[in-house]
Amino acid sequence: MTQYLLALYRDYAVPIPPEQTRQVWADVKALGDKLTAAGAFVFQGGMDGGPESATVVRQSGGDFLLTDGPYSETKEHLAGFWIINAADLDEALEWAKLTAAAQQRAIEVRPMFDGDLDDALDAGSDAQ
Amino acid sequence: MHWMPGPTRSDRMRAATMNSGAVTVEAVFRHEYGRCVATLIRFLGDIDAAEEAVQDAFTVAIARWPSDGQPPNPGAWIVTTARNRAIDRLRRESVRDERHAQARHLYGAAVPAAADDALAPDEEETVPDDRLRLIFTCCHPALNQSAQVALTLRLLGGLETPEIARAFLVPEATMAQRIVRAKRKIRNTRLPYRVPAEAELPARLRPVLAVVYLIFNEGYAATAGSLMRLDLCAEGLRLARVLAELMPGEPEPQGLLALLLLLHARNAARVTADGSLVRLAEQDRRLWDRGLTAEGQGIVRACVQRGRPGPYQIQAAINAVHSVAPGFDSTDWHAILTLYDQLYALTPTPVVALNRAVALAEVHGPAAGLALVDDLRSSGLDSYYLFHAARADLLRRLDRSTEATAAYATARSLTANLAEQAFLDTQRGMLIGAARDPGRRVRPPGRRTRRPRNPGTPNSG
Repeated sequence: MTQYLLALYRDYAVPIPPEQTRQVWADVKALGDKLTAAGAFVFQGGMDGGPESATVVRQSGGDFLLTDGPYSETKEHLAGFWIINAADLDEALEWAKLTAAAQQRAIEVRPMFDGDLDDALDAGSDAQ
Repeated sequence: MHWMPGPTRSDRMRAATMNSGAVTVEAVFRHEYGRCVATLIRFLGDIDAAEEAVQDAFTVAIARWPSDGQPPNPGAWIVTTARNRAIDRLRRESVRDERHAQARHLYGAAVPAAADDALAPDEEETVPDDRLRLIFTCCHPALNQSAQVALTLRLLGGLETPEIARAFLVPEATMAQRIVRAKRKIRNTRLPYRVPAEAELPARLRPVLAVVYLIFNEGYAATAGSLMRLDLCAEGLRLARVLAELMPGEPEPQGLLALLLLLHARNAARVTADGSLVRLAEQDRRLWDRGLTAEGQGIVRACVQRGRPGPYQIQAAINAVHSVAPGFDSTDWHAILTLYDQLYALTPTPVVALNRAVALAEVHGPAAGLALVDDLRSSGLDSYYLFHAARADLLRRLDRSTEATAAYATARSLTANLAEQAFLDTQRGMLIGAARDPGRRVRPPGRRTRRPRNPGTPNSG
């Protein structure tokens, strides 16, 4: 099993009509139930506020630099995300199709790195 | 960094092949590379590891075969050797090497635990064709089409990155990066290594067909060296047959198979014994393979009855029209032009437009054809040698010798294929000779001068 990020982006300058918001919330809840029933659900979250709510933290020399505003200057910004479990990309893409339908947004699918430092250190011992 | 640039390894392999004079290894490489890599990917769960292992095995073959003799089943020998080398390598690689960890995770592949767990030669024969699995992975819709085609040509066709770059008219560095990125995406996203389920097949098919066609075309008009690489033609044809058998309900794989059969049928007539190119106009049609031609024609008839036309079926039909003509002059050019009109309506690419213009010249004369060809200059064909070769031919037929000479020279500078270079030199030489001796009429052997009609390349436009 691999964890995949299903990320959705939106242009916050384009308002969403209230009836669409209600529909999306209902569909998103149903999708969450479906993912949970399938054992694929890990985590889900939506951003509270648009890019103006973002603060970027950067290390600069020995100091930390805080910037008001999003990391990149793109028009579309992160609006929410799902973390799911899937056996492979095809399975993740099937969930992404359902997510794109529920969220009414394009969904970016990204695999999550599944190793950690302990695994890397241990890899040699079970390589035989 | 695990990735080792393919061209470096392959070039080394190829150089060693030439130095040892072991031409047979090169032949086996061409024929078996794709199958071996596809099988090793299934064993190892990693494309780069599979490529490395197979190239290692060929290096061993270069060292051993000249003295030991070529094994009876060279492909199985390569697979077994590659697998053992890969296991040795995994053992040697250090604790910190993450590839082994990755290999264990990818595709759920089990890395063999012991080197003596060697693959029996006949084990390889019993598994379904791994190349089909590999081609659907390479042509996965999560990869962009240029990456799909490049990857398939490299992994299944065993082509070098520079050859692929030339086939796509892009710089070598661009193509190398494209392949690296595609392989990285397959690895990182856990792109599955399998043939899609039946319900997915139609949508997954389109890029696969494009790739198979281009593998064939690379063999049919090789980017460098001799005109044809029949093993690549045979490979493209073989894959087309597998696809046609796998998807009997889909008409386009049938069309692709028919197209490749009809083109392949002409191979014996396309090149003389000394390697010179013979154009369609001058080909001895008695040399066309009757069996392949009849098989292709039969499929085209079935496609017409089915009534669900597509680009490959139409290209097959164009070549079926050529195949029934007793000679070049008795070809039904009106039918061919009509088919090109249909093809252009479905796939309006500059290469199809170029082929259509050449057909139109047969119906409405070279001046009309040239007008269309000249309009295509700005559409990205300026670096395509067939554009200049077609233009040169039309100019020559219009007795515009100076411009024709220049266009032949441009075409000559844009192809690395020796037979095509020789052909273009001959054409140009005749024009120059005629200019020095105005009393002699300029006519090369055969009434017309034209390139064999390569069908439009879906990916080049």
